[in-house]
Amino acid sequence: MDYSKEFLQGLYRTMVRSRAFDSKAEELFLEGKLPGFIHLYIGEEAIATGVMANLRKDDYITSTHRGHGHMIAKGADMKKMMAELYGKITGYCRGKGGSMHIADLSIGVLGANGEVAGGLPIASGAGMAIKLKKTDQVVVAFFGDGASNRGAFHEALNWCSVYKLPVIFVNENNQFASTERVQETTSVQNISDRAVSYSIPGVTIDGNDVSAVYETVKSAVERARNGGGPTLIEAKTYRIKGHFVGDPTLYRGKKEVQEYWKREPIGRFEKKLKEMGMLTDKEKENIKNEAEKEVEEAVKFSEDSPFPEPVSALQDLFVDDTGYGY
Amino acid sequence: MIQDTAIKECADMREITFSEALGEAMYEEMTRNPTIFTYGEDIAKQGGIFGAYKPLLGKFSDRIIDTPISEEVIFGSALGAALAGMRPVAEFHFADFIFTGMTAVTNQIMKIRYMTGGQAKLPLVLRGPDGISKSAAAQHSESIETIFMHVPGIKVIIPSTPYDMKGLFKTALRSDDPVICFEHKLLYKMKGPVPEEEYYIPFGVADVKRKGKDVTVVTTSRMVHESLKAAEVLLKEDIDVEVIDLRTLIPLDKKTVIDSVKKTHHLVVAHETWRKGGWGAEVASVVQEEAFDYLDAPILRVGARNVHIPFSPPLQDFVVPDHKDVEKAVKKVLGEV
Repeated sequence: MDYSKEFLQGLYRTMVRSRAFDSKAEELFLEGKLPGFIHLYIGEEAIATGVMANLRKDDYITSTHRGHGHMIAKGADMKKMMAELYGKITGYCRGKGGSMHIADLSIGVLGANGEVAGGLPIASGAGMAIKLKKTDQVVVAFFGDGASNRGAFHEALNWCSVYKLPVIFVNENNQFASTERVQETTSVQNISDRAVSYSIPGVTIDGNDVSAVYETVKSAVERARNGGGPTLIEAKTYRIKGHFVGDPTLYRGKKEVQEYWKREPIGRFEKKLKEMGMLTDKEKENIKNEAEKEVEEAVKFSEDSPFPEPVSALQDLFVDDTGYGY
Repeated sequence: MIQDTAIKECADMREITFSEALGEAMYEEMTRNPTIFTYGEDIAKQGGIFGAYKPLLGKFSDRIIDTPISEEVIFGSALGAALAGMRPVAEFHFADFIFTGMTAVTNQIMKIRYMTGGQAKLPLVLRGPDGISKSAAAQHSESIETIFMHVPGIKVIIPSTPYDMKGLFKTALRSDDPVICFEHKLLYKMKGPVPEEEYYIPFGVADVKRKGKDVTVVTTSRMVHESLKAAEVLLKEDIDVEVIDLRTLIPLDKKTVIDSVKKTHHLVVAHETWRKGGWGAEVASVVQEEAFDYLDAPILRVGARNVHIPFSPPLQDFVVPDHKDVEKAVKKVLGEV
């Protein structure tokens, strides 16, 4: 990889910021400060980071229930994210969505999604819009291994292939659909094998290697921008944390998790950058401190923000909400 | 373009079909607005299974798209395309098949604006045929509009005449909220007067299809015509029926209904969808909550019996209501049976 120090440290910084956000969210949740439930992206940061480094602000993504990392990498405001986790009026969704429904249409995030595979049809439609408008934007649809067993996945891949839409399907195979292991619920060894059914390229990569993600997505994005149609990329990773914060994870042993901690993406990339002479200990400390400071500021902003007025629950259904609250 | 109330009186009218009215609305708006595009099964070459899109064929080639039989993506992609700046019109082929992609409608389209705190504008329309035809049996005959009245987040239009079809659909094509339009199969070939001049019909304004003083019948779609037929029959017995066509279920024009009940003191609600839990029950509830003192008798409901639509003609006729059921209900509400 022949990239500038600035670019490489940028990738590193995004991963560290994402980790800092989710580590704090976990802590806050366990302290009982956050309502609902949250799904952490810890250990999967290389995927969002490597993907988004290829995207422009006007490119679209559809995210998942495990989407904090996607938001951060696409350029979302951590304060508004954290405030949404708190259910505050200053959050991205004015307290109506929470962790699983964060969206920022101004930066092309068409929404996290509480429904497994729910984003794939939406991404297909954004792809249709791009084709009709004749722009060179692209869409990235993130989805998990479990989503590849839903009809929406198969409908969307066929659809985008038939119309040659600029949609890149990024499968984050973290090996678990809730408590179920992917190999026990999925007919193929690699989810990318399913691409052949839809006559599109399919590739499996190490999702914990940010360089591999970046390089692979780069060519898929180029292909899509030039009218070449969709690509299915399976980024294999591992869900180091439970399905949600508080998951007792009875379905796997501690040893297995410890093994995967050794392969987590931030430490790996850090080692590589140091070997390349692209990251000093001091720079590393600075990046970490800045990320933690940004998160602390987001927490303070959220805690200082008010909850929404209850009556605001009757807003935001339609463009003009008068007369529908009955 | 003017609002319909002004045009009804004065404009030059000609007779066109319900299906042609839809085609005209689409043609005019697609000509005006290049972000409108439409897609679904069997539309780009055939003009839709009931031919409504025939006026569009050959005129907007890249904006009329035949699709795979993939309902979840047909509906979900309408959401994605709307978020990305287009104005999609997705056809659902048969109302019964909305269920095959239902999650994209109720879990995605109808929730996303709310869930995102009002960030999303969704200028999209879902449309297609519903209701019975000549023995199509249970999977091609359903009327399921009540579901979309029940779950929040979409505007529901259900026209009964070519005039209403065109005027409501033109409003739908300019709405920044999602709209679902149910077009009864037996209405597509029905002719009616439609002005040459452009017009639109605002949502949430019911139309009094027949003025009367004795009983109010609140209805929509095919049952508007059955109710009008019933009114003609009952007139011979000196019963004067007021027929109100709601035209849209969301928003619901409560005022027109309540004002009528205050005048007639008797209410019958009539729809083709199931009587049990149908939208008529909601209308009945609203009226008893807000105009109970004006009622001289319990509100009666006319709707399909609580089974699926059967195949054999005598069975279908027995299950699905028609003008005779409305006549019976009107007499009963007046205490004449």
